[in-house]
Amino acid sequence: MATHAGELSRKEGVVVATHAGELSGKEGAGEPIRVKGLTRLYGERAVLDGLDLEIAPGEFVALLGQSGSGKSTLLRALAGLDGDVAGTGLVEVPEQVSVVFQDARLLPWQRVLDNVILGLDGAVERGRQSLAEVGLAGRERAWPNELSGGEQQRVALARSLVREPRLLLADEPFGALDALTRLKMHGLLRRLFEEHRPAVLLVTHDVDEAIALADRVLVLDHGRIAAEQRLDAARSATEVRSELLRALGVGEVPAGRRDGRPHRDG
Amino acid sequence: MTLVASRPAVDVRTRKRRRLRPGPRIRLGFLAGPLLLLAIWAAASATGLLDPRFLSAPWTVVTTAADLVESGRLQTNLLASVQRVALGLAFGVPLGTLLALVSGLSRWGEALIDGPIQIKRAIPALALMPLLILWLGIGEGMKITMIALGVLVPIYIHTHNGLRSIDSRYVELAETVDLGRGAFIRKVVLPGALPGFLLGMRFAVTTAWLFLVVAELINATTGIGYMMDLARTYGQTDVILVGIVLYGLLGLFSDAGVRLVERKALSWRRTLAS
Ligand SMILES: Nc1ncnc2c1ncn2[C@@H]1O[C@H](COP(=O)(O)OP(=O)(O)O)[C@@H](O)[C@H]1O
Ligand SMILES: [Mg+2]
Repeated sequence: MATHAGELSRKEGVVVATHAGELSGKEGAGEPIRVKGLTRLYGERAVLDGLDLEIAPGEFVALLGQSGSGKSTLLRALAGLDGDVAGTGLVEVPEQVSVVFQDARLLPWQRVLDNVILGLDGAVERGRQSLAEVGLAGRERAWPNELSGGEQQRVALARSLVREPRLLLADEPFGALDALTRLKMHGLLRRLFEEHRPAVLLVTHDVDEAIALADRVLVLDHGRIAAEQRLDAARSATEVRSELLRALGVGEVPAGRRDGRPHRDG
Repeated sequence: MTLVASRPAVDVRTRKRRRLRPGPRIRLGFLAGPLLLLAIWAAASATGLLDPRFLSAPWTVVTTAADLVESGRLQTNLLASVQRVALGLAFGVPLGTLLALVSGLSRWGEALIDGPIQIKRAIPALALMPLLILWLGIGEGMKITMIALGVLVPIYIHTHNGLRSIDSRYVELAETVDLGRGAFIRKVVLPGALPGFLLGMRFAVTTAWLFLVVAELINATTGIGYMMDLARTYGQTDVILVGIVLYGLLGLFSDAGVRLVERKALSWRRTLAS
């Protein structure tokens, strides 16, 4: 477990964080991801305000929230990428965390395979396998510029999975893709998840995407987890969907309408 | 109205979109401009528009060059000049790159290095000459130092600029995949700064020849500049012209060389020029 509790801003006037203590032992893959009392401030404004969150190992969690609600801020805190943001709180994540961004973020001057194994020594064979897993066998020597948006995002997935993460963080990874490609990527992500079983936190603004992929869907509002819906056999997707939309402050939307516009007579 | 008249005026299949790209690459296209200049020069000499005492005809320059080659003077002097430029580049380019890296990757480095380089840039090369002569004498050391110092500036400026304009998202990526500092420099910083470095290289080779002239016109006993200076004493315009043409050709070909490397090294880029 790596803890980056108490990562504090260099700005003055910020309360010192609670310390995680000596939690950084050698717990196995069986440890949950834990966030306690997480606060993140931009200037005076608390974007995250005492947020608590727990994700079980191998659990697929989707995070919904209005634009600007702090989803990316939470994700960056989990990824340890917010060293320069003020705040307090406890974050416990596994050693091996991978991040998938909205843009594929491939180095344009490295060929596809080199992008996948970036920073890994002697992982060429694993990199090839990983590319094959996302359906890009044979494209190892291509330049990222030569791939379509969906293919680039698949390379990014391969790059994160080849590291065998215990936690996969994805920030609207399909947001820039067309609807058809996105559906294919849903299938791919879910399949890869079943095979590798990392814990996943998927940030999305798409309620249907969240329902299609996740075991549990959270709604972030006012700096905290404001609602939570578990998807299990007992409840229909339609039911969960309307609950989530209510939590997001959106009226009833007919299934299939993905733009979140309220119904004319709703 | 007949049926024929109702046909569309433009056959859709032959209509083409306006091409905004420069179009396919012309082979050896970089030679076209210089060749045109040469043609004008030849025409002016042939028609007698150009007085040979003022400017020798191109064919005179060619025969003079042949004579100089035969006597071995051209090779000796050319070799001396090329050697100076090569050594100047060999010291100046790595030093400029290193300074750009240190200054681009650390705030302290920038604070310490950037200022002096900007100052050096503002001082004309000729103004440094007397000092360099005092310190290093009038030998090869002074000439090579002079070229190296001149080359260092464009390499530093453009590499530093290329480095600073690397997208911060790539830096963030490097952090998420836990790249070490060495790997970060090799995989992200150097390739990201390469376009800037190569642009700096193009300026550097031109600058190197420029500084060579300055260094060779003063106190040299070999080199193209020396050969030209000697010719001035004897009023041999043709020899002077051979020197000028040589400098021009060397500059042209070193630039073409850098551009070739540029095209190979930056093949991952999709730009207007490709
Ligand atoms: N670097 C920053 N500086 C100042 N404000 C920021 C910064 N990053 C994000 N914010 C603000 O924090 C809020 C939450 O941002 P973000 O986490 O990106 O939201 P989301 O991903 O849910 O759309 C937004 O109001 C945004 O303007
Ligand atoms: Mg966001």
